[in-house]
Amino acid sequence: MAAQRVARTNNEADNPSSPVLQFGSDKPLKLDAGTLLSPFQIAYQTYGTLNDARSNAILVCHALTGDQHVASTNPVTGKPGWWEVLIGPGKIIDTNRFFVICSNVVGGCLGSTGPASTNPATGRPYGLDLPIITIRDMVRAQLMLVDHFGIEKLFCVVGGSMGGMQVLEWAASHSERVFSALPIATGARHSSQNIAFHEVGRQAVMADPDWHGGKYLDFGRRPEKGLAVARMAAHITYLSEAALHRKFGRNLQDREALTFGFDADFQIESYLRHQGMTFVDRFDANSYLYLTRAMDYFDLAADHGGRLADAFAGTKTRFCLVSFTSDWLFPTEESRSVVHALNAAGASVSFVEIETDRGHDAFLLDEPELFAAINGFIASAARARGLSL
Amino acid sequence: MSVNRAQRVDLDVVADLIPPHSRVLDVGSGDGVLLELLQETRQVDGRGMELSQRGVNECVARGLSVIQGDADKDLGFYADKGFDFVVLSQTLQATRNPKLVLDELLRIGNRAIVSFPNFGHWRVRFSLLIKGRMPVTKDLPYSWYDTPNIHFCTIRDFVNLCEELGATVEKATALDANGQKIGLSMPWWFWNFFGQQAVFLLKR
Repeated sequence: MAAQRVARTNNEADNPSSPVLQFGSDKPLKLDAGTLLSPFQIAYQTYGTLNDARSNAILVCHALTGDQHVASTNPVTGKPGWWEVLIGPGKIIDTNRFFVICSNVVGGCLGSTGPASTNPATGRPYGLDLPIITIRDMVRAQLMLVDHFGIEKLFCVVGGSMGGMQVLEWAASHSERVFSALPIATGARHSSQNIAFHEVGRQAVMADPDWHGGKYLDFGRRPEKGLAVARMAAHITYLSEAALHRKFGRNLQDREALTFGFDADFQIESYLRHQGMTFVDRFDANSYLYLTRAMDYFDLAADHGGRLADAFAGTKTRFCLVSFTSDWLFPTEESRSVVHALNAAGASVSFVEIETDRGHDAFLLDEPELFAAINGFIASAARARGLSL
Repeated sequence: MSVNRAQRVDLDVVADLIPPHSRVLDVGSGDGVLLELLQETRQVDGRGMELSQRGVNECVARGLSVIQGDADKDLGFYADKGFDFVVLSQTLQATRNPKLVLDELLRIGNRAIVSFPNFGHWRVRFSLLIKGRMPVTKDLPYSWYDTPNIHFCTIRDFVNLCEELGATVEKATALDANGQKIGLSMPWWFWNFFGQQAVFLLKR
């Protein structure tokens, strides 16, 4: 099973199950690192139908370990799309009404050009030869995809966490292309603590001998132990202490008493090990390095002379921000500072904080209050955009 | 919201002061009843700020553009003259620093509209004078120990504050206990005695 998933993951990098848009040397991707990425490709999924006016498109931006399979079965894991609770026929984001686009980010590993993709110059996987990718680079690539569909203005750009960073970047750099923006559980920059956690994860990957300086695919290896540890540490930050305690407490795993050893005595240990193990089958370790780096580098205010409000000067985009009370990765204050900047810029903005103990990951879960807010925001934006119900 | 909602006759008076398609910020928007009224009848570009998260979430679920915020702390983030009108309805008396809040309203809006319960109303005076008790009325339903209304003022007090802040009263309306407008020709003392609520249109 695991071996099959690994094989599928490796295969998805170059030849994904999703539709692919290829850009030749005439259309390079201009990177913040100062170089051009060319040729490159974007793997994407769409749901629903683009209307004649091309005014009903919603772009969904995925989070760090997400992918383009937002509302359909994931080809690697066989699991439902990661946001099927929200997106689909008759759902809050109704694919009978809206044309939903979700693409794998550049730097990812499910078909858009990333470190596991074949470098045309060498015929070998890029590995660390791929230039550093930023959130802005991801959005530039998405813009090329949106252009390909002939969409002048996206009805909405929505995403959580790293996806929310992309939403903010879209709204800041391409506001005329975004009618409404819905950044969830995110911030305008990565905090020092967040960078710290990412660094732990990266060091875990790089400390694994199977990483081979990033050339593991050439050796037919994968730094599974390191990546699993990275995932375990990160996973804790996606939850909350209250939720962990509610779910696991100090319960023992399949045993009556402590074993006085280093087996997974506690359920929480067993749970984390499982999270780590299943993750490595579906994700490329170098992609994890690149995408965490992209998040670390994100600082929207710094990109606009140090004043966040300037990032949104003159914006006509309608915003709705959402945070969760128990999210300690992107606490409410991060959203609030974006809200204050939008206030200063005179933007139309709603801001909802949802009371929950499910931590950062709450944005992926069935949270009725979150859905009510998204529903209200989308409905009023649709009225303002003249989209019939 | 700090005042019994059934008594919000002041909302129509507030709405009558706002021309269609104005840019409006409603500070203390509660469950969004005024914003919704303004959007439906005047197609305003309306935004709201509300202290209670429950109120905010309700507003957003109804499609209103509202953020969680505290009038005492968060008005500073808005740009100068960013709105045609800034409305503070039945909230001034619940702020910690009404003078600062009013100053901010006049900075952010070309005009400010403020409505508040008049503590000079005869029932209030009667309660204190005869009964020797803090007034509890339909309009002001809280007891002294649990009231969010910590800075009551009379119509006269408010007019004085406006003068201190250099604000011009462009229009003022007092409503009696039945929500009826008190005649314009009446002198301030009469308003201050019989007005249960007051609505002021201010400019600076």
